[in-house]
Amino acid sequence: MNATAVPNRTKVVEIKDLVTHYGKRKILKNVSLDIYEGEIMVIMGGSGSGKSTLLNHLLGLLKPSSGTVRILGQDINAISETEMTKLRTRMGVAFQGGALFSSMTVGQNIMLPLREHTGLDPSTMAIMARLKMEVVKLAEFENLMPAELSGGMIKRAALARAIVMDPKLLFCDEPSAGLDPVVSAAIDELIISLRDAMGMSIVVVTHELDSAFRIADRICVLDRGDILIVDTVEAVRNSSNERIQNLLNRRLEDAALDPDDYMRRLTIGI
Amino acid sequence: MKARLARIAEQTGRATVVGVAEIGYGAFLLFESLFWLIMGKKRRQPVRLSAVMAEGMEFGVRAIPIVAILSSTVGAMLAIQGIHTLKTFGAESRVTFGVALSVVREFAPLITGIVVAGRSGSALAARLGTMRINQEIDALHVMGIDPVRFLVAPALFAMLVMLPLLTLLADLVALTGAGLYIGLDLGMDMPAYWDRVIEALKVDDLAHGLGKSLIFAVLVTLVGVVNGSLVEGGAEGVGKATTRSVVHAISAIVVTDMLFAFVLTR
Repeated sequence: MNATAVPNRTKVVEIKDLVTHYGKRKILKNVSLDIYEGEIMVIMGGSGSGKSTLLNHLLGLLKPSSGTVRILGQDINAISETEMTKLRTRMGVAFQGGALFSSMTVGQNIMLPLREHTGLDPSTMAIMARLKMEVVKLAEFENLMPAELSGGMIKRAALARAIVMDPKLLFCDEPSAGLDPVVSAAIDELIISLRDAMGMSIVVVTHELDSAFRIADRICVLDRGDILIVDTVEAVRNSSNERIQNLLNRRLEDAALDPDDYMRRLTIGI
Repeated sequence: MKARLARIAEQTGRATVVGVAEIGYGAFLLFESLFWLIMGKKRRQPVRLSAVMAEGMEFGVRAIPIVAILSSTVGAMLAIQGIHTLKTFGAESRVTFGVALSVVREFAPLITGIVVAGRSGSALAARLGTMRINQEIDALHVMGIDPVRFLVAPALFAMLVMLPLLTLLADLVALTGAGLYIGLDLGMDMPAYWDRVIEALKVDDLAHGLGKSLIFAVLVTLVGVVNGSLVEGGAEGVGKATTRSVVHAISAIVVTDMLFAFVLTR
C-alpha cells in the first residue's frame, strides 16, 4: 500500500511554518509538513539536518520560535497541560536508545503507561502488556531487566511500550540504527505490520536509506533545516535534485569554501 | 592584566547567574512537588505511596547501620572530650548536660544530614543524570507522566519522613554511646545517666534538632535533583554532577546549621 497524499484524508500531523533556533543558529527554517492518517511517513536526512529537532517539536519537548504544530487536530503549543496529557495518551514514542527505565523489568516498563493512565486492575494490565509483547515477539521476556536485553530486543520492547495504549499516532526515532541488517529488517516488518493491523499513523525518523525505502509510504527529506522534498519513495528515488541524489548515493557534500571565513576560523581568539 | 581581570569578573558573574538559576529551579521543584501531592489525585496523577515507600526504604532504612555507627562514635567522642575539658574546672559531673544538648541540638541532625547527603543525595543526582542522558526523562514526558510527580515528589516526601526518624535514632544511639563512656569513666549507672539526660533536655531542644533535619531533607533532595537533571556531557557529566551534589549538599547543610545556631541558640 503505497498511499500518496490525498487532500481529503484526515491529517494527523500538521506542521506550519515551523522555525526554531538553537542559540542564534536557525535549525529549522519555515518547515511545513502534513502527515495523513494511516500512512508511514519517513523523515530522512543526514546528521545536522534538523530531523531530531523536528521530532522533538512533534513530541512537544521543544517550543518553536514561531509556527504551529497540530497533532490529531490540536495545537500542542496552545492547549493546556491537562489536554496535552490526554493527547499524549493517544501518541506513542519509541526512542532511539529505547529509553527503558533501567530499574524496572521489561514487563513493568511496558505496563507503565497503563498503570499511570488507566484504572485497570493489575491482571488486566499484565495481559494487555503480554499481548503487545507477543506483537513485538518478546513473549516470555517480561521478567528480564533492560540491561539483560540485546540491542534489537530493546528496540522491540520500546515499541511494545509505545503501542501499549493503542495510540493513533506512533513516532519511531531511528528504529533500525545500530542493528545488524537481519534484525533491522525484522523491525521494519514490525512497523509495517503495526500500521496494517492496528491502523496507526507512523512517523519514522531515520538516516538509514534501505530501511526508509522499505517502509515508507511517503518520504520527507530534510537538509540543513529545509524540506527538500515530500513525496513517494519512487518520486524521491527519481528526483533530479542534486542534494537529494547526494544523500541517496551517500556522497559527501563539500560546503563551498569561503577563503575569508576560513582564515577567520583559523585565527579566531588567537 | 586588564583582560584577565575582565575574564575573572565575567566568570564570577556567569557562575553567580548559574547559581541563582539553580536555586530558583530548586524552589520551583519544591512547589511543583507540593502541587502534585495536593492536586495529583484530582488530575488523576497521584504521587504513589508505593514509590514513596520504596524511596524511604532506600534513603532511610538502609542508612540505619551507618548512621548508628557514626552517631555512637560521635556520642562517645563528645563524652571523652567533655570530661577532659570539664576536668579543668572540676566540673566533670556536669558532662551529661553538655553532651545531651550538643547531641540533640547539633550533632545528631548534622551527622545524619551529612550521611544521607553522601548516600542518597549523590544517588539521586546519578540516577536522574543517567535517566536524562538515556532519554528516560523525555520518555516520561511523552508518556504524559510528569517527571516531577513521578521522580522528585516521592523522593522528597520519603526524605522528609526518613531524615527526622533517622535523626531521632541518631539522638538515641549517640546518647547511649556517650552514656556508656560516662558510666565507665565517672562510674555513673545508666538509669541515673538517662535521668540526667531527660532533665537536661526540653521539648524545644528536640524540636530544634528535628526541625533542622526537615530542612536538611529538602536541601539534600533538591540539590541532588537539580544537579542530576541539569547533567550535560554523558557519563563524565553524571560523575561530575554526583560529586557536585555531595559537596553542595554538605556545604548547604553545614551553613544552614550554623545559621540556625546563630539565630536560635544565642
